[in-house]
Formats: sequence, structure tokens, C-alpha cells
Amino acid sequence: MAAPYSIDDLQRWNRQIVELVEKFGLDPYPQEFEICDHEETLSYMVYSGMPSHYPHWSYGKSFEKLKTLYDYGLSGLPYEMVINSNPSIAYLMRDNTLALQVLTIAHVYGHNDFFKNNFTFKTTRANYTIETFKAHANRVRHYVEDPSIGLERVETILDAAHALSLQCRRNLAIRKRSEAEQREDKLEESKPSRDAFQSIHRRKEWVPPDLAKVPPYPEEDILLFIRDHNPQLAEWQKDLLTIVHEQAQYFIPQIETKIMNEGWASFWHKRILDSAGLPQGMQLEFIVRHNQVLSPHPGSLNPYHVGMKVWEDIERRWKDPNSKEEAEFGPKKKSARDKLFEVREVERDSSFLRRYLTEELVRELNLFEYQQRGNDKVVSRVADEENWQRIKDTLIQSVGTGTIPVIAVDDADYNSNRALFLKHAHDGRDLQLEYAEKTLQYLRQLWGREVVLETLINGKKNHLHFGENRLTIKPVH
Amino acid sequence: MDTIFRPYIPSSGQRSDRSAGDRLRHREKVREAIRGNIADIIAEESIIGKDNNRIVKVPIRGVKEYRFVYGENAPGVGQGGDGEVKPGQVVSQGKDGGKGHQAGDQPGTDYYETEVSLDELVEVMFEDLELPDLDRKNLREMEVERMFRQQGYRKKGVRVRLDKKRTARSRIKRKKASLRAGVTLHRDNRFPFHKDDLRYHHVVTEMRRQSNAVVLCIMDTSGSMDTMKKYLARSSFFLLYRFLCTRYQNVEIVFIAHHTEAQEVTEDEFFHKGESGGTLISSGYNKALDIVHERYHPSLWNVYAFHCSDGDNFDSDNEAALKAAKELTQVCNLFGYGEIKPLGAGYYGSTMIQYFSQITEPNFQTVQIQRKEDIWPSFKIFLSKDRVRDDAA
Repeated sequence: MAAPYSIDDLQRWNRQIVELVEKFGLDPYPQEFEICDHEETLSYMVYSGMPSHYPHWSYGKSFEKLKTLYDYGLSGLPYEMVINSNPSIAYLMRDNTLALQVLTIAHVYGHNDFFKNNFTFKTTRANYTIETFKAHANRVRHYVEDPSIGLERVETILDAAHALSLQCRRNLAIRKRSEAEQREDKLEESKPSRDAFQSIHRRKEWVPPDLAKVPPYPEEDILLFIRDHNPQLAEWQKDLLTIVHEQAQYFIPQIETKIMNEGWASFWHKRILDSAGLPQGMQLEFIVRHNQVLSPHPGSLNPYHVGMKVWEDIERRWKDPNSKEEAEFGPKKKSARDKLFEVREVERDSSFLRRYLTEELVRELNLFEYQQRGNDKVVSRVADEENWQRIKDTLIQSVGTGTIPVIAVDDADYNSNRALFLKHAHDGRDLQLEYAEKTLQYLRQLWGREVVLETLINGKKNHLHFGENRLTIKPVH
Repeated sequence: MDTIFRPYIPSSGQRSDRSAGDRLRHREKVREAIRGNIADIIAEESIIGKDNNRIVKVPIRGVKEYRFVYGENAPGVGQGGDGEVKPGQVVSQGKDGGKGHQAGDQPGTDYYETEVSLDELVEVMFEDLELPDLDRKNLREMEVERMFRQQGYRKKGVRVRLDKKRTARSRIKRKKASLRAGVTLHRDNRFPFHKDDLRYHHVVTEMRRQSNAVVLCIMDTSGSMDTMKKYLARSSFFLLYRFLCTRYQNVEIVFIAHHTEAQEVTEDEFFHKGESGGTLISSGYNKALDIVHERYHPSLWNVYAFHCSDGDNFDSDNEAALKAAKELTQVCNLFGYGEIKPLGAGYYGSTMIQYFSQITEPNFQTVQIQRKEDIWPSFKIFLSKDRVRDDAA
């Protein structure tokens, strides 16, 4: 199909958009666009947009799934796909109309700017993204082709590693303390605090901490912990764990800022194209597409919609607060633009919503809380005066990495038997037991010995033991 | 700021197929999963007598990607549409609804159905039943009776049967002869084809009396037919049907379910209807005889009958059953009785096999099926009888 536009058209629109991007003060990486057909687009989606990625059957699975949905018209293709890299790479689908391409280009700059400036992405080493993924791919292929290793064994490790890949530290902006440093901390902590009335108090007895305990503090990076503490693992197995861990860490910031990021890109594509002087035909199509992307999905949550509403509200409140808001927050100290840029830099979804999702917005967005009953969602709370705060809390709990249970390694020598003991930081949400069982099986496989997970089931403390080859659940009294 | 646009390059199609390897591997995993569930699938799906291209939907449980996720008591937040949302309201929503699902998806999204062609399913089933390769080949390469046979050449015929080589050759012959006879060619040396040059394959249609077959599947539908028994019975019927399809042009299939009385049913009912109460095997046989006399007269049809039962019959009925069975052997090419007693089911009750040993007709065969490994050997024994008769005929 001949595209009704040329690369020159795209270049021309791009120049205009870039001018506006600069005028608005956005600060993106250099941008590269690649024109793809739908097959390539599907393929890129499967591999998170990466030009190079290691092989695993799960990508074949998601390709089949996406392709089926696409072929049956159940889902379209995304208009945009942007990689957090420097230079940033984005894909434009060949068969889209010019208006859609222009919209996408503007949207891409929003993401690009967000990647470059939001604090959570500081650890992702965007300069080396493409090279890193390529290096990972090469190493995995090398192991697959190595006759002493082969596909089956590589797959076994990858399957297990994928199951645990998101069990890792979430706030990457905080430097991780080494184990030696953690021991020092522990020692420091154990010392009795300074007491102003030392002379009259009896001196507290100093209990020396157990410095031999591994890990000194609960450890969330499960894959790394296994890599470093299971002496049975071969070098190639350790390397696979490292690769999977590194890739997960790369994607954590995107999980953590989904709503902000999509909202930000939508906010700016609207701004940019409103000022770009689109010809009337394109303007109409732009409005239609924009509304499609930004419309709420009744029953679930459209991050584009929610995100953009919050951004718009921040801008409004800092530009033109109503009297009530002025009374509540005091006189504004910042311009709206500066405020937006500050928020872009220092928040992630959970803090973003906590600070800027107001009662009015919860109402306006028609948010509600639901409980899962089998395949149904049953509305449990609607946004009235009593419940809006609870809904907001639930939302904050379930965005970003909030959907991943916090599970940390507590002891690598449980029962003096080198069993791995983990604790689930239970926050009112139980684990799905079938999934927990299978995941513990993977954990057992990687650790090589028994694993025990402490969690609450229906409010009662239980230990999930995965021994030789099956799970037993024991209540703890 | 410089922006680079990389235009679409059609030759990069190769790159777009980089998921090919991963897809293949996933396909293999799906196959393994199907193999794991084959008994359930075969027992649940209507597959006998369906054409090969039929797509069977198979729920796959084997290729889920597990991780730690929250269970049902984790609340979520959704957006309402235009209408007002009320507590207690059920928000219907597709499993995969909503964009931006990433990590920590609800586990439900990992359930999905995969589509398999019936041929593929048969393949897996053959693997599962561990049919030896050689025999499997035999079964598949069994020559299908041809309806058309080439026999010589004719000067008249339809275009598709034109034999170009012979036509060209006869033109050359005519040309040589003409030259010898002193005919002068056109001035541009052309010597066109004449319709007398044309040669066509002559095809004769072979009418074969044996091209119709009917399979009578007779089953005891007492309530005790569980999934494993259904799988065994269905596999037996299915193999029989498949096999006959390779030998006959037109294979019809009749399902007869019986307990104390018999009726003709659909495949679905055949395998899903559980009846309880006593069993009168003769009722099933008599029903089969009726149907044969009404619709499938043995002079026009090759009749194959196969009866699956767990062997529990009213004693009072045994005589009648024996008589009806003998009658069936008169009208059938082959009549088989398969007794399904899965291992561990215990040899409760009577067995009809002993009783049927009184039947001496060569085209009668009994088999006992205890587990799926028994199906193929017993099936071979069953069909060896058929060959004997064929040779004799």
C-alpha cells in the first residue's frame, strides 16, 4: 500500500514539532524514527521495541497472542512505541495516515523528554541501552549454541529467572549498600542509643548482632542473591540470572511511571498540535484520534486518560487556582510550567497520585474500587465523600510496582539447613496460591534446596514450604 | 536538533520475522501441553467424522508464565463510563481489557485457548497412544481407492486432459508424411497444428461397489463411563473411523447409545449422556440391525460395527445378545466388541468376552481395553480379521 505521505512530509512536520518542543522547554534526547510495517511493529512490541533481544519462547507466545488479537480485529496496534535510549528510537507504522504520524511524533517527544528527565530513569544507562540488549542477546545465543549447554538448559534457567525477575529492589535511585556495609550498619544499629541521663540509668546491655547471618538485612534482589549465594551454579547460569535481572531493572522505571509518562506525552502532544496550525482535515482527524486514545475504558483504568487529567489539573491549579485552593495551599511560588517540570522530574506514579490526585479529580474520573470475584469485578466503593480517599489509596497501592508483592530473602540458612527463608511483606492482599506454588518451585530449582515463604493466608500466618518436589502449607502459631 | 527518519525498507522483512524461532519453540510447548491433556481433549471434543481442517479449540494450561501475584482479595480501581457506578454492580470486562498491563497482571490473563487443527490433534494422539511408526505409516499410506484410471489416448477430450507431448509428436508425424507426399509448406515455413493432431488422455471411471462404508458405533451409556473410559472408547471409535476413511470414499457414521433400550444419537450425546440403570446389550444390537436393514443394506454398504461396553449385562439378556451379535456378523464386514475395564476399576461384575467366545464367525473379534496402550494392539488384531476376510473374498 502506497503511503499517502513521503518522508519529506514527516521531516517537515517533525521540524515544526521540534520547534514547538523547544519553545515549550521540553528537553528530549535526539530522536530517531523508523517506519515499519505491521508485522515488524508486532515483532518490536514483543521484544519491547529492542532491535536486538535474546530468544525465549515466551516472546513467541506473546507474538501469537498479539497477532491473533490483531488479525481478528480485537486490538489495534499502538500508534507509538518509544525506547528509552539515547538517542531515543521510535517506530511509526507505515500504514498510518499522515495525521496519525504527526500525532505520534509529537507524542513520542513527550515520552522522550520524560525518559531523559524523570529521576527513576537515571539508573537505566540510556546511552548504552541498545548495546546492552545486544550484548545480552549475544551471550544467551552463545550459551544456546554451546554444545555443552544447549537450548533446554538455558530455557530452564530463563523460565525460572523470568518468574522471579520482578522480585527486585524498586527504588533504584537509592544506592544499594554492599553486604559489608550492611554489616557495619547492623553493628552501628546494635549500639545502645545515647542516653542523656546515662549517669542515673542503668547501662543497657549491648547485645552483639549476628553478623554471620546472610543476608544481614532482608534482600529484595532475589535473582542476584541466588547468583551470589548458591555455589552450585555454573558461570553461565549466574550470567543468565544477571542478564534477566539487569533487563528487569531497566524496565522497572517504566512500570513505576506508566500513568505519569503516558499522561505527560498526551498532555504535550495536545499542546504541540494545538499550536502547530494543522490544516483542517488533519485537525479533525487529530481530534478524533486524540479522543480515542484519551477516552476512559469503563471498567478498567486508562493510564493516558488518568495521567493527562492529573497533569492538566496541576497546570490549572498553579496557573489559576480557585479561591479554595489558594486558601488551602497558600500563594503559589512557582509558575505553572516550572511546577510541571518539577513534578516530571521528582515523582513516580504512586507519589504523583498521592500528591496531585484530588477529591474532585477522583470524582471527575468516576473512579471506583472493585473486588475480583472469579472473572467478574464487583464494585465495592464509589467515589463519594466517605470513600474517595480509600479509592485513592487502593489506586496508589495498585499502580507501578504496587502490583508486585514485596518478598525478600530473610535467611539463607534457615533451620541451619541452608534452606532459603523468604518473607512476604503482607499488606492486606494475599498471594495467589497456584502462582505462588509454581514460582516457589522455580525458586527451589534455582536455590537447589528447600525454600520457605512466610505469608498470610486469610489473615493467618503460614509457611509455604517447597521441598523436594511439592508444596506443603503449614500454619504458624 | 537532528532527527533521523529511517524509511521503510521492504527487504527488512527478514528482520521482522525474528520471532520465528521463539514462535516455533512456543508451538512445541503448546504441543507438549496438548499431549498432557490429550485424554480430556479427545474425550470432550466432537471429532469423530469431522473433516481434517476442522479447528479444535484447546484450553492450554501448560504454558503459563508464573510469578508472584496477588490473589482475589486484592482490590483494584477502575473508571466508570458515563453512567453512574453503584456498589455491588458487576463490571463486566474482557480478560485482557485495558491498556498498559505490564507486570503483576491478574493471573487470569494467562489462560488462553489455542487452536489446533484436527490433523494435528490426531498426530498428537497417535504419538500419545505410542502407535509404532511403521504401523502408523501403513495406516496413512494405505492407498485410497481411485475412482479414475488412465486408459490409452483419444482424439477427442477435454482440454485439461490434453497430452501435449503426444500432440506435438503427431503433428511432426503428419508434417513428415505431408512432406513426403510433396505438399508445399506455407511461404513462412509454418506447419500449424490440426485438430487431428490433438491427443487426449482417456480416463475411465471405475465404479467400485466397495466405496461406501458405514461405521456403527454402539456404546453402553451407563453412568459409569468416566473421562478415561470415554477417552478409551472414543479413541477406539476414532481410530476405526480414521482407518476406514483411508479405504473408502464415503464413510458414514452412526452412533447408537443403549442402556436398557437403544436409540440413535449425535456424537455429542453419545459421549456426554450418562444414563444409569441396567444394561441390555441386545437392545443396542437390535437397533443396529434395524438401522442396517433400513438404510445400509449390506449389498451396497460395507458395514463395520463396534461395540464398547464395560461388560455388565443383565444375565437374562445374554442369550438375546448372543443371538443378535451372530446376526450382526451376518450383515457386517467386521463386528468388534471392546470391553473397557480401566486398570484399577476392578473386575466387578460379569464380562461378556467369555460369553461371546461362543461366536465362531471369523469376522467377529473381541478386545479388552484396560489402558490406552491396549488400544493400538487390539485395534491391529481387530483389523487383521478384516484383511483375512478381504483376502478370502
